[in-house]
Amino acid sequence: MSKIRKSLSSMSASLVAILAGLIAGFVILLFSNPSSALKGLTTILIGGWNNGMKGVGQVLYYATPIIMTGLAVGFAFKTGMFNIGATGQLMVGGFVSIYVGVTWTFLPGGLHWVVALIMGAAAGMLWGMIVGVFKALLNVHEVITSIMLNYIALYGINYMVKNSHLFDSLKNQTVNVAASAVIPKAGLDRIFYIAKGRLNDPSAVNAGILIAIGLAVLMYIILNKTTFGFELKACGYNRHASRYAGISENRAIITSMAIAGALAGTAGTLMYLAPASGMHIHVEEVLAAQGFTGIAVALLGMSNPLGIIFSGLFIAHITVGGFYLQSLKYMKEIIEVIIGLIIYFSAFSLLVRDLIAKIGKRKTKKDKQSSKEVTA
Amino acid sequence: MDAVYFLVQQMMFFSIPLLIVALGGMFSERSGVVNIALEGIMVAGAFTSILLISLLQSGMSGQILLLIAIAVAIVTGALFSLLHAYAAINLRSDQTISGTALNMIAPASAIYLARMIQPNGVQQVQFTNTFRIEKVPFLGDIPILGRLLFQNAYITTYIGFIIFGIAAFVLYRTRFGLRLRACGEHPQAADSVGINVYKIRYAGVVISGALAGLGGLVYVIPTSTNFNATVSGYGFLALAVLIFGQWKPLRILGAAFFFGLMKTIASAYSGIPFLRDLGIPSDIYKMVPFIATLIALAFTSKRSQAPRASGVPYDKGLR
Repeated sequence: MSKIRKSLSSMSASLVAILAGLIAGFVILLFSNPSSALKGLTTILIGGWNNGMKGVGQVLYYATPIIMTGLAVGFAFKTGMFNIGATGQLMVGGFVSIYVGVTWTFLPGGLHWVVALIMGAAAGMLWGMIVGVFKALLNVHEVITSIMLNYIALYGINYMVKNSHLFDSLKNQTVNVAASAVIPKAGLDRIFYIAKGRLNDPSAVNAGILIAIGLAVLMYIILNKTTFGFELKACGYNRHASRYAGISENRAIITSMAIAGALAGTAGTLMYLAPASGMHIHVEEVLAAQGFTGIAVALLGMSNPLGIIFSGLFIAHITVGGFYLQSLKYMKEIIEVIIGLIIYFSAFSLLVRDLIAKIGKRKTKKDKQSSKEVTA
Repeated sequence: MDAVYFLVQQMMFFSIPLLIVALGGMFSERSGVVNIALEGIMVAGAFTSILLISLLQSGMSGQILLLIAIAVAIVTGALFSLLHAYAAINLRSDQTISGTALNMIAPASAIYLARMIQPNGVQQVQFTNTFRIEKVPFLGDIPILGRLLFQNAYITTYIGFIIFGIAAFVLYRTRFGLRLRACGEHPQAADSVGINVYKIRYAGVVISGALAGLGGLVYVIPTSTNFNATVSGYGFLALAVLIFGQWKPLRILGAAFFFGLMKTIASAYSGIPFLRDLGIPSDIYKMVPFIATLIALAFTSKRSQAPRASGVPYDKGLR
């Protein structure tokens, strides 16, 4: 009972933050162009639905990598670590999956993309594990290792792409992966499309979203239903107490970062092996944004894997809404401002929770009083 | 010898912003508040000050304009950091949350505002660089040292060194510095002797905001002629410099110059005959500072200790 109440109250804190962020966003819309502000707000709220089922499919498509990076950040949070390196782990995973996708064409069709996915996840795992090892054995702060590894990944991958058969020098990006390495659509394109004359115009959604949701559920089970997960969380809550209880702190840190890295690596594979839509690694000196969005997703989802599914979907939803906002002459960057504000307001959660608790208490007091009056 | 002069002059462009921002981060963390928002605050400070330069440059130029821009950058950074201070200190929230929020809000609103304010909805803010000093009078004529530090330089370089001196003095030689460090190590003890922990922490965060805002401007001026809502991860690098520098001014100085030197080599190696002849591709040079830092940290961090209370919200009730 108390568990349900607790999760409800933390959820309401998130909802209050979302509401406050949207109101602030509306105020910005009002300031920049009052005449279409209301229309703008509804466009944001409707999100993917602006373009029927295809739009919804696009939401799922954009949600896929950020749910994964959200998990990567959230899982590490549970062990008390701030994984700011999801972006590097994502790029490493993505690069390896592209390598496998282009090169290992000897694999049979149904197996090729699965192997590419697993190899990408494994690469991300190794990259994340470095952070854990540095933290556990050498006492190097995880934030600094992650930041260093992000840039090492960025420049290293640029170098390797440019100097290999993966490089399409005309487009300054990687070549297409083999058809057998592309993640199948699993029939989702027949649900999420809009009819254009006689032809169907499907969205880019693919089996990746199912994998992401499946992995989120798996992480939920690991964290909440297994001894291993309990140990990880115990280390996050109180390192010294868990050491006293016989939990190996070092092992927890390393495995937690390895799993987080594997999740972020999977984000990379799901991004770069997605069908159509031109997901290639571009040779440029910019860190993949999805890794940083993952931090927002994890915070909004309160680091709970199931919460992360919803927060990832929500952020994708309003991001897609932002694309349609441009037809009203608004800049799509407002969506990022709104997301930032929502995250900022989620910092008020303690305040909101106290407030809710106070209201709840007053109510029960009143109930008691009124029942007393009745008996009197 | 020319190559050395060139390297040192270039190095300042990379090192000084890192130094200023990392020193800012030091004030925040030594007071007990982790400030991961340095990146966002840099963007905010750079945005307002560069926008101001681009609006005023038809009427004025040179050092006066730069000094006005510096003031604007400092004020912007300080004000913007108040958001972080309020969430981290008054609301006792997780300090990574508001930091992340600021990092998201700053670049997005910089683009949004730039496209609103500028004609044609352009997101880059253009400016003309009229701030370079060919040669400082008298000082520029000193043999060796003159060419190293007082030629082809910016006034911001000297401001950076002055800030370093003041920061080290304030932290170790003033009452405020002592109190600041106490609040970062053991705020309960500090409170018990009558120090207002909230006030000191506010001061720490606002100083870090002011310096980070300034650092944003200092980074953009010598390296570019337009501002595109990014400081290319320099805020995060400054965070790394801060940790590498063990939260101590002198070591931060060393770390900032180490990073700056590596960055300079990466970006300017083709102008240095000896390095060009080695035939190492530029991507490798770009990786070197990060790999070198990791290795250095691996050997030096065993006894590393962050300010003990940094990242922990202060709750008076727990005293």
